[in-house]
Amino acid sequence: MISFSNVSKRYPGGGQALHGLTLAIQAGELAFVTGHSGAGKSTLLKLIPAIERATSGSVIVAGQNVGALKRAALPFLRRNLGLVFQDQKLLYDRSVYDNVMLPLAISGHAPREAAPRARAALDKVGLLARERANPIQLSGGEQQRLAIARAVVSRPSILIADEPTANLDAESAGLILDIFVSFNQVGVTVLVATHDEALVRRYARRVVRLAAGRLAEDSGAA
Amino acid sequence: MRRWLREHRHALGAALARFAEQRTASLLNALVIGVALALPAGGYALLANLRALTQRFTLEPELTVFMRVEATRADADALGARLRSDARVRSVRFTSREAALKELRETAGLGDVVAALDYNPLPDAFVVRARDPQPAALEALAAELRAVPSVAEVQVDSAWARRLAALLDLGRLAVALLAALLGVALVAVTFNTIRLQILTRRDEIEISKLIGATDAFVRRPFFYLGLLQGAAGGLLAAGILWAALAALNVGVRELAQAYGSDFQLGFLRPAEAAALLAFSAALGWLGAYLSVSKYLREIEPK
Ligand SMILES: Nc1ncnc2c1ncn2[C@@H]1O[C@H](COP(=O)(O)OP(=O)(O)O)[C@@H](O)[C@H]1O
Ligand SMILES: [Mg+2]
Repeated sequence: MISFSNVSKRYPGGGQALHGLTLAIQAGELAFVTGHSGAGKSTLLKLIPAIERATSGSVIVAGQNVGALKRAALPFLRRNLGLVFQDQKLLYDRSVYDNVMLPLAISGHAPREAAPRARAALDKVGLLARERANPIQLSGGEQQRLAIARAVVSRPSILIADEPTANLDAESAGLILDIFVSFNQVGVTVLVATHDEALVRRYARRVVRLAAGRLAEDSGAA
Repeated sequence: MRRWLREHRHALGAALARFAEQRTASLLNALVIGVALALPAGGYALLANLRALTQRFTLEPELTVFMRVEATRADADALGARLRSDARVRSVRFTSREAALKELRETAGLGDVVAALDYNPLPDAFVVRARDPQPAALEALAAELRAVPSVAEVQVDSAWARRLAALLDLGRLAVALLAALLGVALVAVTFNTIRLQILTRRDEIEISKLIGATDAFVRRPFFYLGLLQGAAGGLLAAGILWAALAALNVGVRELAQAYGSDFQLGFLRPAEAAALLAFSAALGWLGAYLSVSKYLREIEPK
């Protein structure tokens, strides 16, 4: 589903974030990417929606070489990915409901058809009762759940989350990870980056550990 | 097609929401555009009114034909008969040299001067109205009459109308220049509004691109916003012009009545008002287009 072959990434004017990394994530798999801060987790995830491009090596997502995609093709790649960010990237000038409607409007769905899907997504993360609220009124954990609802409302086959549990207490963090597990159980390929190794060890799932841009450990390579 | 309509409806909705969200700023911008456009639109309306007024005058084109002083009454009668039988002539009025002198004598203050003359220096004259009001036709008739041996001089009274027409042409050029200049200002105002909008919506643009928005999706609401602001400005310009003409017409009516006329300054015709609206909307769109082309590409998700 996602494969990295000998991928290196050097930021212009910055250091080398990834060194010849090779890694494959199978369809339907759930994998955690861990490692200390600066290990290259975020860089690895950003290569998948082509927010960043590899300096060398190839990144294949659902059969597409994303590093070679033209700018005009990126929206269509990204519509098939669910992205969750550490800072949520919510829109605070509109309601919880409208935040979840945005991806559907972007992909050209009619409001009549989009509305039930948005409500279903909010229901799955337990926020349906808050649909009229402004995201600013939500707790950190709720905001992160809203970000997940927005990521899954388009029913992507791949869900990618960068530090979704940062700044959350252990209970909220566990709730978030449980949501990812439940999406994986219905067939979604899930990739979650977190520096919190203790948290992910509680789940018997594949753990990919990076250190200084290199693969340091891979608990369950398929 | 339905999808295309849906996407445009969505963009228009987003633009309206942004317009409403910054109500005061949006209306002030529209007002600036409206005042700026009211100037050339007003100039245009006044010129159109003047042209209508001058056409009324040139609809009654007159030639004044002066006979030679030494010409006899028989010469005058012959020319009179010839003019009356000419198909190009609508009417002829004859003023004899005696009648002209009598009129001059009765003119206040000139009685003594006339009495001191021992001969009549005034010629017989004809006032000729032509059927064809075109200056060229008048000139042709005048040239023909000048060639008659007993005729001393022919005055074409449309000369002033021609001069006025030339002045109107000049006025039209000035209005066009003003419109072009203020059009550039309108584009600049919209350019800046949209630039500020793009900057304040940086997050939204970035997020939209992250979740799969095409450039067209991100751009469209800004285009509509520019278009809306331009159209609102055009509407205000029409309103300002209408109010100004209504105020001017109070005075114009009095003045016209003094001349026995019912003349009124007319507003733009519907097609002209529509053109004003389309012009301002198009300039708003252009300002948005330039702004979006310059600033939107710089915003990429990190
Ligand atoms: N935009 C950037 N420009 C320059 N250097 C960067 C940039 N983003 C990340 N880096 C560097 O790349 C390395 C890996 O960073 P990152 O992928 O964010 O690691 P992690 O998410 O594991 O903390 C770090 O040394 C970081 O300083
Ligand atoms: Mg990171």
